Amino acid sequence: MERIPILQMGPFLLVTIQVDMHDQLALTLQDDLSERISKTSARGVLIDISALDMVDSFIGRMIGTISGLSKIMDAQTVLVGMQPAVAITLVELGLTLPGVSTALNVERGMKLLQDRVIEQ
Amino acid sequence: MTVRSSGTHAIHIEQDVVLARQLARKLATECGIRLIDLTKLVTAVSELARNTMVYGGGGDMDWQIIDENPRTGLRLTFRDEGPGIPDLKLAMTDGWTSGSGLGLGLTGAKRLVDDFEIDTAPGKGTRVTITRWT
Amino acid sequence: MAALQSSTLDAMKKNQNQLLVEWISGLEAGGATRNIKEQDLKQQTSQFLQLIISGLENGNGKNVATSSWDDIRQFLEKLSHSRAQLGQDSQQTASFIFALKGPLFALLQNQYQDSPALLAEQLWEVSELLDALGLHTIRTFQKSREAVIKRQQEELLELSTPVVKLWDGVLALPMIGTLDSQRTQVVMESLLQRIVDTGSEIAIIDITGVPTVDTLVAQHLLKTVTAIRLMGADCIISGVRPQIAQTIVHLGLDLQGVVTKANLADALKLALTRLGMTISKAN
Repeated sequence: MERIPILQMGPFLLVTIQVDMHDQLALTLQDDLSERISKTSARGVLIDISALDMVDSFIGRMIGTISGLSKIMDAQTVLVGMQPAVAITLVELGLTLPGVSTALNVERGMKLLQDRVIEQ
Repeated sequence: MTVRSSGTHAIHIEQDVVLARQLARKLATECGIRLIDLTKLVTAVSELARNTMVYGGGGDMDWQIIDENPRTGLRLTFRDEGPGIPDLKLAMTDGWTSGSGLGLGLTGAKRLVDDFEIDTAPGKGTRVTITRWT
Repeated sequence: MAALQSSTLDAMKKNQNQLLVEWISGLEAGGATRNIKEQDLKQQTSQFLQLIISGLENGNGKNVATSSWDDIRQFLEKLSHSRAQLGQDSQQTASFIFALKGPLFALLQNQYQDSPALLAEQLWEVSELLDALGLHTIRTFQKSREAVIKRQQEELLELSTPVVKLWDGVLALPMIGTLDSQRTQVVMESLLQRIVDTGSEIAIIDITGVPTVDTLVAQHLLKTVTAIRLMGADCIISGVRPQIAQTIVHLGLDLQGVVTKANLADALKLALTRLGMTISKAN
């Protein structure tokens, strides 16, 4: 079955979404991530959507769910690389992803996670 | 006003929703719709196609490229023979949902396009038509 | 209502060349042919006459909106478009069609000199058709011009509100003049793109030069701030005058924790501090 790969980078997990996901693929990612967080006791999750030229309410919900899930498992989620057209559309849709931290790119996102984890 | 081209795309399984998005993107690019408007349109298509599949029990997406000199438009109609929406006014308020969704489908989609029309009634299925112009 | 007689149609077909010659000289006399190449004019007039004749031969009615007149409408749309590009106004473009009336009427007068009633009837038929086509041309012309103006406005917008890099990681967008919905949108889109292109974490939107802000514009500003945050950057709004502050309070708008500063300098200071920098005097 098709899956989105999850990379482990030290205490963090990196997910790079590069395909146009159908709903099941998104749900599978959710499940896979929560399993990996638990297995590796990851402290942070970085979701890279710089390759996505569209994010609809389903994917938006998925991101919100992943953020909530991780928090429960003591991990922070940072969403990085949102394209301007996607950002404008999400705002127009009324999907503001409350509680989800964001950063411009993977590098900044990583730094943000490190700072946050050190804080704790 | 002339219809430059038209076609239809069936929506029955998840992959059809993805294909609907990709088709809409291709058609919108052909019309010359700018990136931001295109992104909004494709997102609306995703919402409506998913509705058709999930709540409508499957259906079709009809498309037309319309030339109305000097502008060009892409018109998409999502139709299904599903249960229909009982209280349309309620459904068009933000936050309403019939499933486990966030309920942003219809109202959200409406904000993302130029023209939005919906025709639905319990037992009569649902028909949503959206248009984006250059 | 009577229709066009086949004798009229025949007369037109037989005398095409003469019609064209008289038509073109009528156009030139009216000054409608400046900037237009002779061959283009010859080609356009002959094509139009052909289309009219074949349309009439096919028995198309006077309703020029029907699909049977598609060819001629398309031709006119192209003509309108090209004339608009040349900066011609709608009068000159419509006179292209109306100038055909003279030669046609002269032809018909000749043809029906012995039957005034028939002449009157045929003149009317021909006149109605050309009027309908002329009106269609004017309508399409207007639309073309409007599209040109709109595009020029957009380009002007982009030029008049440049995004400026104040420092590594700090962009500024000085907005000047009254903001309308469309302008705000275009400008905001280019700001967002620059944020991504430069990897700038802070964008300062300066509205010192904006006299008033209405609900719609304020909403656009807020939408932009939200979009900037979704992308992973942040936004400071500077230059909020007392009047604007009042408007915002009156409208009950929630700035959602957006930091505002009285002027661009303060905003820059804050931005640099946020980026972990300090400014000190050199010895």
